[in-house]
Amino acid sequence: MRQEYVMGNGAIALGALVAGVNVVSGYPGTPSSEIIETIAKHSNKDVHVEWSVNEKAALEVAASGAYAGARTLVTMKQVGLNVAADPLMSLAYVGVKGGMVIVSADDPGPISSQTEQDTRAFAEFARIPVFDPSSPEEAYEMIQDAFDYSEKYQTPVLFRPTTRVCHAYASIEVPEEYKVKEYEGFVKDSGKWVIFPRLSYMNHAKIEKRNVEIGEDFSNYRFNTVEVKDDKASKKAVITSGISYAYTKEFLQYHKDVKLIRIATAHPFPESFLLEALEGVDEVLCIEELSPYIEGQVLRIAGKHHLSLKVYGKLTGHVPASGENNANMVEGVICRFIGMKVCKGLEREEKPALPVRPPVLCAGCPHRASFYAVKKAMKGKKSYFCGDIGCYTLGNAMPLDMVDTCLCMGAGITMAQGFHWVDKEGTCFAFVGDSTFFASGMTGVVNAVYNNADMILCVLDNSTTAMTGHQPHPGTGLNMMGQFVDKVSIPKVLEGIGVKKIVTVNPLDLNAAIKAVEECAALDGVKAIIFKSPCIAIEKSDKKAAISDKCIQCKKCIKEIGCPALCVTDGKVTIDTNLCTGCGLCSQICPVNAIGGGSNE
Amino acid sequence: MNKNVLICGVGGQGTVLASKLLASAHMRLGNVVHSAETIGMAQRGGSVTSHVRIGNEAHSPLIPLGKADVIMAFEPAEAVRSIDYLKDDGIVIVNSVPVKPTTESLHDTGYDGTVMIEYLKKVCKHLVVVDAGELCASLGSDRYFNVAVLGVLVGTKKLDIDEETVVAEIKERVNARFVETNLKALHIGIETGGKYEVK
Repeated sequence: MRQEYVMGNGAIALGALVAGVNVVSGYPGTPSSEIIETIAKHSNKDVHVEWSVNEKAALEVAASGAYAGARTLVTMKQVGLNVAADPLMSLAYVGVKGGMVIVSADDPGPISSQTEQDTRAFAEFARIPVFDPSSPEEAYEMIQDAFDYSEKYQTPVLFRPTTRVCHAYASIEVPEEYKVKEYEGFVKDSGKWVIFPRLSYMNHAKIEKRNVEIGEDFSNYRFNTVEVKDDKASKKAVITSGISYAYTKEFLQYHKDVKLIRIATAHPFPESFLLEALEGVDEVLCIEELSPYIEGQVLRIAGKHHLSLKVYGKLTGHVPASGENNANMVEGVICRFIGMKVCKGLEREEKPALPVRPPVLCAGCPHRASFYAVKKAMKGKKSYFCGDIGCYTLGNAMPLDMVDTCLCMGAGITMAQGFHWVDKEGTCFAFVGDSTFFASGMTGVVNAVYNNADMILCVLDNSTTAMTGHQPHPGTGLNMMGQFVDKVSIPKVLEGIGVKKIVTVNPLDLNAAIKAVEECAALDGVKAIIFKSPCIAIEKSDKKAAISDKCIQCKKCIKEIGCPALCVTDGKVTIDTNLCTGCGLCSQICPVNAIGGGSNE
Repeated sequence: MNKNVLICGVGGQGTVLASKLLASAHMRLGNVVHSAETIGMAQRGGSVTSHVRIGNEAHSPLIPLGKADVIMAFEPAEAVRSIDYLKDDGIVIVNSVPVKPTTESLHDTGYDGTVMIEYLKKVCKHLVVVDAGELCASLGSDRYFNVAVLGVLVGTKKLDIDEETVVAEIKERVNARFVETNLKALHIGIETGGKYEVK
């Protein structure tokens, strides 16, 4: 055994390897991405690990692996679970043979997501178990338990860490090597593996009965815990879960006269456990993030068993209904609950106004050039700019202001079509990254061609999945098994779908890029422009732009593109050479040719 | 020992390496360590923080407000932004060189960090102001500020950590090509920090 200091996501990955996982698939999404990366780094070639094209594909790959008796792991962020919902809902009815764990990382805040949805509620909806770790150390243990329960009850199980667990670091003890599970292989049985209404009806009844058993089993689960000082009967209890347990513990370690109940398995709910834990308690405070899931269960159980119990939480306004919790907030709500004075923070003099630092596209990012080219070409013409999920969502920032909509993965392509149907005069653009194009953009293009839409698809191809940490994808020619594979060509895909006009252009060649947009805007039907230039965070450049004394201080470069490397120092335009990559975009904008030294020279 | 160290700055300044070295150095000394990083959207030129928690009283991965023994700030405004984390008698080590936000070029507010340093001087009982440019002048690049400022912290003797332990971590964790310069950076930092030893 050896100690590893790892991120929560790393702990989940290593726990899965200890559990003998055979197949691992997923799609990148903050805060879940490092799970697959850690598996790829630590496993030997006995484990198949892949970035699948999207979450639905990932779940299906893992499902058949589990049908064959292998242990399989699927990873995604919470919105990815929506994409995987179709196979998951049906798989819940069919069941599995080998252990199958679906990690869906929730993002209270939200810090880097579109929604504050709650995977625990999703587990109830799908009628499958869910595990909710409160620390990296616990996640390491609990993911191993999750595989065991999945196999014991032959059902896929959900595992939902939240951002603060995924991105926290802790030390765990891991074995020197990992052994994969030996499995039987797929045994054909169409009465079991082929879903039909009759099978679903029969299995539904079994599932409901089984869930009661799992609830009983979970009542003895080691991570559903009660902590109380000196067996002193406390009339007040805090019920909590996940990271909120850590926040509660941070305060209650010094104030132990409140009973601390932690629910690590929200569904099927460990009812007997809770009933026992609530003995002698007449007031409870539920502290959890996202939905008031446990609070709802406590109310249900209190009603069912006619408990005389006051239940406080999100539903009563005692805990904030949205956003993420933190140690100070939790301390405050507990103090009010137990009638303690809320400890006020240190009173310091009021802070001066702080500079705002919104996230921006990196200096030299080719997306900036792509957006700028479209903006220039369409100046004064009515246009719709549909954005998508990725770094390029940041194209919405001033001064570019080139993203009118952003909804979910791949939506920009189909939304551009919708705008066309309600306004035939406007030109409809969809901006999509290369990874998003493969994940869920292609079907949208088929929809456009089939329905005779009029739109311009702009694929911002930087040859990586940049926002989530540079994962490879089908267009990069590399996979997670470390193999070099044939690149899936975006222009050929578009050609195959039937897009008649496809232009590939380097966005950093501003005039050529503008010309490509103008050319496409003059045509009817579905057109595509592939703005191809590598992500600046991968293809490092030593080039730097330089400003000569020809500069007339008009600041056009700054006002037009908002590159972080362009600054004003003592009233003069300067270039921050620590940031500049010499992309040359600013030198093409300068009206007096005062900027040189970039790739344009 | 229970200690909390908050490291803050702007995405790209190298706060993560400083936090990793600090955490692993304490583990080498046999302490229980937890830490947490800002990852994702905020990295793109936004404010970033690393929370390093030493000792077994730490449950939350993030330091609660008012509980940080040390704030290591790579940027003046970021120190002020995080000041609520600081204990009444905590120490702030801050770089006086500002990072102007991109929006500053569009709408000039005259931000240059001086107001922030003045504020810190008023509210901090223990304040160490260093200039990254001066500190790293002999190293050829401000990129080594992360290790240099860690040296400053070691030099103040605020955290019961010695030079040898950090040297061992740098040798183990930093790309061999950069070890020598980083060791130099650490040493310069420790000498500077020594002038501010906290009793």
